[in-house]
Amino acid sequence: MTGLDARLAPDVVIVGGGPSGLTAAAALAARGIDVLVLEREAQAGGIPRHSDHPGFGLRDLRRSLAGPEYARRLVEGASSARAEIRTEATVTGWADERSLEVTSPRGRLNVEARVVVLATGARERPRTARRIPGDRPAGVYTTGQLQSLVHLYHREVGRRAVVVGSELVSWSAVLTLREAGCRTVLMTSEFERPEAYLAFRVPGRTVLRVPVATRSRVTRIVGRERVEAVEVEDLDTRVRRTVECDTVVCTGDWVADHELVRLAGLDYDPGTTGPVVDTAQRTSRRGVFAIGNLLHPVDTADVAALDGRHASAQVVAFLNGGRWPDSGVRLVAGQPFRWVSPGMFRPGDPEPPRGRLSLWINEFHRRPTVVASQAGRVIGERTTAWPAAPGRVFRVPSDLLDHVDAAGGPVTLTIRGSR
Amino acid sequence: MTADLGHFDVAVIGAGIVGCAVARELAGFELSVAVVEARSDVGDGTSKANTALLHTGFDAKPGTVESRLVARGYELLSAYAERTGIPVERTGALLVAWTPDELAALPRLKEKAELNGYDRCVLVDDAEVYRRVPALGQGALGGLTVPDESVICTWTTNLALATETRLRGGEFLLSATVTGVHSGAHENGPATTLETTRGTVTAGWVVNAAGLGADRIDALFGFDRFTVTPRRGELFVFDKLARQLVDTIVLPVPTALGKGVLISPTIYGNVMLGPTAEDLVDRSDTATTEAGFEFLLSKGERLMPALVREEVTATYAGLRAATDHSDYVIEVDADGRYLLLGGIRSTGLTAGMAIAEYGVQLLRDAGLALTPRPELPEPPRLPNLGEASVRPYQDAERIRRDPAYGRVVCFCERVTEGEIRDAFASPLPPPTLDGLRRRTRALNGRCQGFFCAAHVAELVSTFGLDS
Repeated sequence: MTGLDARLAPDVVIVGGGPSGLTAAAALAARGIDVLVLEREAQAGGIPRHSDHPGFGLRDLRRSLAGPEYARRLVEGASSARAEIRTEATVTGWADERSLEVTSPRGRLNVEARVVVLATGARERPRTARRIPGDRPAGVYTTGQLQSLVHLYHREVGRRAVVVGSELVSWSAVLTLREAGCRTVLMTSEFERPEAYLAFRVPGRTVLRVPVATRSRVTRIVGRERVEAVEVEDLDTRVRRTVECDTVVCTGDWVADHELVRLAGLDYDPGTTGPVVDTAQRTSRRGVFAIGNLLHPVDTADVAALDGRHASAQVVAFLNGGRWPDSGVRLVAGQPFRWVSPGMFRPGDPEPPRGRLSLWINEFHRRPTVVASQAGRVIGERTTAWPAAPGRVFRVPSDLLDHVDAAGGPVTLTIRGSR
Repeated sequence: MTADLGHFDVAVIGAGIVGCAVARELAGFELSVAVVEARSDVGDGTSKANTALLHTGFDAKPGTVESRLVARGYELLSAYAERTGIPVERTGALLVAWTPDELAALPRLKEKAELNGYDRCVLVDDAEVYRRVPALGQGALGGLTVPDESVICTWTTNLALATETRLRGGEFLLSATVTGVHSGAHENGPATTLETTRGTVTAGWVVNAAGLGADRIDALFGFDRFTVTPRRGELFVFDKLARQLVDTIVLPVPTALGKGVLISPTIYGNVMLGPTAEDLVDRSDTATTEAGFEFLLSKGERLMPALVREEVTATYAGLRAATDHSDYVIEVDADGRYLLLGGIRSTGLTAGMAIAEYGVQLLRDAGLALTPRPELPEPPRLPNLGEASVRPYQDAERIRRDPAYGRVVCFCERVTEGEIRDAFASPLPPPTLDGLRRRTRALNGRCQGFFCAAHVAELVSTFGLDS
């Protein structure tokens, strides 16, 4: 680093001005705490800014808003509570334990805070990270890229799209494509059932008329300059066919934006690809919290926002002389789960956000019985009234863990009767 | 088409590293020089997609032209990189033996290096191998160090040579594929007419640096002396977070079965795994393949298991111009006033400037009059794309003078608006989005455009190119 323009020392610095960061900022600033939000984009608000469809804000604001309007309200909420939001401010690394290096048009900054809250969110794996071979033509996007092209910059995409994945976000991609005049000719899912919510799946299949190829994957992209086709494989028969299209959207398959987590060497969960936190959202480094979809990639924006609200109380407790425990019971995702968040539990700690554990699952269960076991002994189980399905977060009440023994070693979560 | 694209003292066919290095050298004399390139940008063929190593030439075949030119090129390019700001990282290399045969081959490789004039290789045991690269998979038996092998930015190298050619008055005729060659005369004497897809170019002398197409151009001149077989090499580029796993180039021991797969830090802070080697017929097929991916991942799993668990940032494939000769094919035809620089395979990045020096000497011997120009412009300073020195986003002083260098556009690669603007204002502005990637690194990072592609596209229409 060459020179420095300013040093800032707020009580709390929040990295990322999306739903969780802004909600935490608003709640903290409302209590008179000096909060600085660092947002690398020119506008705060995060992913909802370019998700131009309703359904945002149900759980946190108790209404259904379009993404951009929801983002505006969150920014307004944080600003009117007097949190400072710096946009075009990119955190490029750590200078010290709770000290960040920042680049912005206003200069190169150092921000040293009593508390750092990481709220950097998640991104979809692009085609390269999914290791899809073939030509490398134009016309291959992620949903994020597609939506910012269409909604923020009003650019054209193609006419015939294949959507890879059928998570909740995948249907959002279909809507965006339709708005841009591009028909989705096929959606592929590696699972036996399309993953997304019924609310999306039914209109998806009937109103949007999108054929879904289950147990399928895209094995090759064809086209030198522009996409011409993809090769789709049936995972059971291994038969491959060619589907003509000029656009491919790689949706879902989230990975946390964990660069700062890894650079700091915080305890890392290869399942979530985010930091390990406890129910108070404390990471393994004193004074560093993590919230939002960095912890559970990805849940809906409102759930991420409520993480922010939850964390604000924990941050206040810490600023008022709260402790920073260093050991606890690890929560482990057993089959058929891919991950569980939070990853650390201590009897007597605050409840997790919304009193729920978040899990990601590899197979569909209509009425799952979730079993918690410790040292080979079942210590709790809960049957949920809602299904567990791939492609979206599955939530379980955290009282499942009421009988955890603080000295009993890791707790494994599974589903009874899972294959 | 019959458009007249002009007459030049020398026309160089091909704007890769070799073509640009020759053109730059020639443009330093009292000569008019044109570079005729089939693609729309400089450095858009083999020169853009290789392993980007600056070779000592330790493993070349002793006594060959290649051996001599790689060693000389190493010196020339190292010095040129200093002057122009081409990023180089002195990582060194370590050949790792995994089988008793490979282990037995190491002393011979050391001797071979010495025959090539390189005497700094050291044999090391397995403990030393793991001390240097703790993340290596199990089973390494020993190694050979090559302390001076380095990583370099191939894009900036090509661009620096091309930019200096331009600054010296050379012309670039892009998107002009040579389709025919006729000998004839011009007012100054004999001349060759090149028919291209954009029109005709006449030149007193012609240099063939057409890379993958060099044999075809050579045939247009009436020769039948070599055949290029495109050899596809697929590579994986892993996330920057993998960089801490390896800070030296890990080379395989070449065996009768081929050269094998290497792991190397990249100049941009990533880690590369590759290449595969697959002979093709199609000279433009740079698709990646399922078989290639599987091969690389299985190799990677053995070489460095922790590496393949990191995210893949990019996959790409390049074509090397392999030939039926075991050496470069560099020959001058004095009567035809024609120089062939053929069969320049992956060592061409390192050897390029030496090939140029040698080629110009051959042209002089063949009768091309070379009068040095009295006042040459200073070599250009290229924007730094390397992680080893300060980049604009880190430079407070520079941001203070121009806030555009503080406005990060591509978050993963930390490319600023100022750098994108500069690329379009440069002597050789990018004609395509890929050209912009090679000049700035924009869009090359782990998100592959999830966050910034739309913003970059907007800047591209603001500053130049309308994509």
